[in-house]
Amino acid sequence: MGAGHGGPLGAAYVAGGSVVHRLEPHLKLVAVLAFALVVVATPVHAGWAPAAYAGYAALVLGAAAVARVPAGRLARGLVVEVPFLAFALLLPVVSRGPRVEVLGLSLSESGLAAGGGLLAKATLSVLAATVLAATTEPRELVRGLQRLRLPALLVQILSFMVRYADVVGGELRRMRVARESRGFRGRGPGALRVVATGAGALFVRSYERGERVHLAMLSRGYTGALPAGPAAAVPAQAWLVTLSLPLTAAAVLAAGMLLG
Amino acid sequence: MHVPDGFLDAPTSVATGVVAAGTVALALQRARRELDERTAPLAGLTAAFVFAVQMVNFPVGAGTSGHLVGGALTAVLVGPWTAVLCMTVVLVVQAVLFADGGLTALGTNVTLLGLVAVGVGYGVFRLLLALLPRTRGGLLAAAGAGAFVSVPVAALVFVGLFAVGGVADVPLSAVAAAMGGIHVLIGIGEAVITVAVLAAVVSVRPDLVHGAAHLRRPSDLATRPGLRAEESLR
Repeated sequence: MGAGHGGPLGAAYVAGGSVVHRLEPHLKLVAVLAFALVVVATPVHAGWAPAAYAGYAALVLGAAAVARVPAGRLARGLVVEVPFLAFALLLPVVSRGPRVEVLGLSLSESGLAAGGGLLAKATLSVLAATVLAATTEPRELVRGLQRLRLPALLVQILSFMVRYADVVGGELRRMRVARESRGFRGRGPGALRVVATGAGALFVRSYERGERVHLAMLSRGYTGALPAGPAAAVPAQAWLVTLSLPLTAAAVLAAGMLLG
Repeated sequence: MHVPDGFLDAPTSVATGVVAAGTVALALQRARRELDERTAPLAGLTAAFVFAVQMVNFPVGAGTSGHLVGGALTAVLVGPWTAVLCMTVVLVVQAVLFADGGLTALGTNVTLLGLVAVGVGYGVFRLLLALLPRTRGGLLAAAGAGAFVSVPVAALVFVGLFAVGGVADVPLSAVAAAMGGIHVLIGIGEAVITVAVLAAVVSVRPDLVHGAAHLRRPSDLATRPGLRAEESLR
């Protein structure tokens, strides 16, 4: 029970005290979104596109270095891309248009550019989002979304989910340990029934926990809104520091468009 | 598997973003009607459940494993509007904390997995519920069919979006056939898991299942025999 923050959500955060860790969460969210927009806006078929991607990569890896995010953490962040890696590799084979010979394979020129562009853009955005998740606690991210005017009810649902994901995940883990210590081996259709019954029990437990949480909140005077203190004003300098990442990326994009 | 940044062009991303924002706004209103001020804790805990279950890999056989999307299952368990909110919250957490699904593609992902998967799954479920016998078996069959249909339909809607706003020039029929074929298989897994989980919940706590309201019998503690309702009021 006292496992602390070892759950799935806590695993995304790398504790630290760097400049990047201390930035305001809502500004970091804006910065990562703006960076992704700049990356996405880069034209795929331009000749200077690879140079621009290299520039963006240098920027985001620089931010990761300042934040002291370990390389292994960045690599693990990239794992989510794997299904799209397959899609991007397929594009040059199935795309139409003029073909080129590469290592004896006839590949589509536009497909190569499109597949490569997709892969580069997805990788850069994933890297930026990984740096964000590694330097910001889940609770702080929810607070950031709140300051960005996400609807209050959605923020409440989100904060409950973040608060209890590790509790629910922990129950699931204990169920698995209990199953396996009784000799369960997950194979075949019979195993599905066992695992699904566990998942059903998990739903009942989660829902009942939600009811208990609600009653506990009512007894503490909950009326449908959570009290929040006034948000501190953010100095212009903080904006400038946080947005330096997307602004520099935008400068790289503009340079490519003007010179390329 | 979520759409990353840069997969669809700007107009398509913006359009799906507007659709997603409208859906979520409507769902926020309707879910409050389904759950009143209990919405936040119950939807939050249900979202945590969906998130946890998505991380379980069920053995499917032949050395492969799959995990649940959960759109249809959540809709049957807690109602469609709450389900839209749960799926949206799970997608936001996956995008912000795990970089799974791009931030600029969040609208697209909410449209596909929140709106389409939940809407189609629940629509098919309600339709079959009206046609099939009003029994436990009918309920499970309807939910399984809804779960099965929701996955390939969401995949085909994605192919449609790719046709409108994709960044590569690929033969669409081939992409549609490949995506449809793969997702029919995934849909079978989704249906089996949905039915198994739902069967477990219905046999323990049928009162918690939103879609099983018609199976609930009135309490056996009725009025005294021989005493009619009007008389008991006097």
